[in-house]
Amino acid sequence: MRDAVLVMTKDLRLEWRSKVGIGQVLPFSLLVVLLFAFALDPERGVLDRVTSGLFWVVVLFSSVLMIERAFSVEAADGIFDALRLSGLAPAAIYAGKVAALAVQLLAVEAVLAVAVAVFYDTTFRTPVLTVGVALVATVGIAAAGAVYGALAARLRSGTTLLPLLLLPLLAPVLIGATRGFEVALGREAGPGWPWVALLGIFAVVYLTLGALLFRPLLEDA
Amino acid sequence: MTVDNPTTGAGRPPGAASEPPTGPPTTGSTATRVLGVITLVGIAALVLLGVFLTPADAELGDTIRILYMHVPTVSTAYLAFVITAIASVMYLWKRTEFWDLFAASSAELGVLFFALTILNGMLWGKITWGVFWRWEPRLTTTAVLMLTYVGYLAVRQIPNDTRTRGTISAVIGIMAVVNIPITHKAVDWWRGLHQEKTIFGTVDPDMKGLQLFTAYLGLTVFLVLFAWLLIHRFRVAWLAERAADVGVDAAIAERRAERAVPSSAGGAS
Repeated sequence: MRDAVLVMTKDLRLEWRSKVGIGQVLPFSLLVVLLFAFALDPERGVLDRVTSGLFWVVVLFSSVLMIERAFSVEAADGIFDALRLSGLAPAAIYAGKVAALAVQLLAVEAVLAVAVAVFYDTTFRTPVLTVGVALVATVGIAAAGAVYGALAARLRSGTTLLPLLLLPLLAPVLIGATRGFEVALGREAGPGWPWVALLGIFAVVYLTLGALLFRPLLEDA
Repeated sequence: MTVDNPTTGAGRPPGAASEPPTGPPTTGSTATRVLGVITLVGIAALVLLGVFLTPADAELGDTIRILYMHVPTVSTAYLAFVITAIASVMYLWKRTEFWDLFAASSAELGVLFFALTILNGMLWGKITWGVFWRWEPRLTTTAVLMLTYVGYLAVRQIPNDTRTRGTISAVIGIMAVVNIPITHKAVDWWRGLHQEKTIFGTVDPDMKGLQLFTAYLGLTVFLVLFAWLLIHRFRVAWLAERAADVGVDAAIAERRAERAVPSSAGGAS
């Protein structure tokens, strides 16, 4: 547990000093919000109807960039070997990576939510459900993303492969988060919590798998 | 840390074959020949029954004939991915080349059968809905899952030492199989709002007699076909690894001989 916090604070401090997330990923995600407005004529009400889908597609794309970044810093200068020799438990390293990724993703989502509210004139009717969906979906993305980020960093053309590997796996997250948001925005009647449950199952399953599989990834790959 | 060399493929398993192969290598054996004959006869019988001898369905009409192939291809594909996952777990446990290549061979066939499933599903859609693609839950799930495994195969294409490749693909093989039920559930709920005629779902064909027999025959034939292809694919993969080893050994021997020639002839070991 202490090891996990150590890795997380290390990652967050690294991010705070380098400002890659704030300086590159965040502007990119805002840019995509604008691009969607150009692609889908804002006057015809299309944007309004597809807001929650667009939001999560932007989050997924941003997460790929972030995950790539989180593990390329480890791949440089043989840091993987240093981590392996550090005596930290692989599961703890994994947990730290997931936590740091989740915190950064949530920050991006918060800014994106404001951007969507301003540019697409969106009101989040049920804030509790909105936050619930975002929280659980983000943990799921980070849980699966950390495993794929770690293995892509060991591959020669891992950067281009990461989206192909990760995005199909995250399809259930996209479905669950989009539908959950749709309910939260009042676009769709019906309970939103089953979607949170689905996202929760995804997150728990991949957290468990990641904690188990991180050791072979770190030590044998 | 060992420095991997992309051309020599460091990390060769210790027990790799060192004796040169005698005669052309073949992937056939008595077992595969028997399986092959059963498959071919079975496919001929399936075509005869499925296309000509069985009656059309009361509700589905002649499109039921596509089901005789659709159900077997999709079932076999899922079986293939479960085998890949089991072999991946075994690889992480035992660390033998056998499980690595077995997982890869099975995944490759799984993708092939998924592609066939999507193809015959689209043909069914063209007849039933008038368009090749509708967001029917099962077809959608198949498409997403197929892309997951295309990623798995892409990883295996990257030159790497065998241990890294084995570990990474085993991790993906396990991560991907767990995604199958979750994606199923998610897509079901997602499309639950707009229920329509599905390839098997709302319209559950009430098969009996010859139709039912043909359906089971199809399943059996495709399972045998899968076993047949899997054995061959595995043996090809195994021989390809051996060929790579032999190639490296030969190249090293050649270099040694080159160096040895100026001082003393034939000193290469």
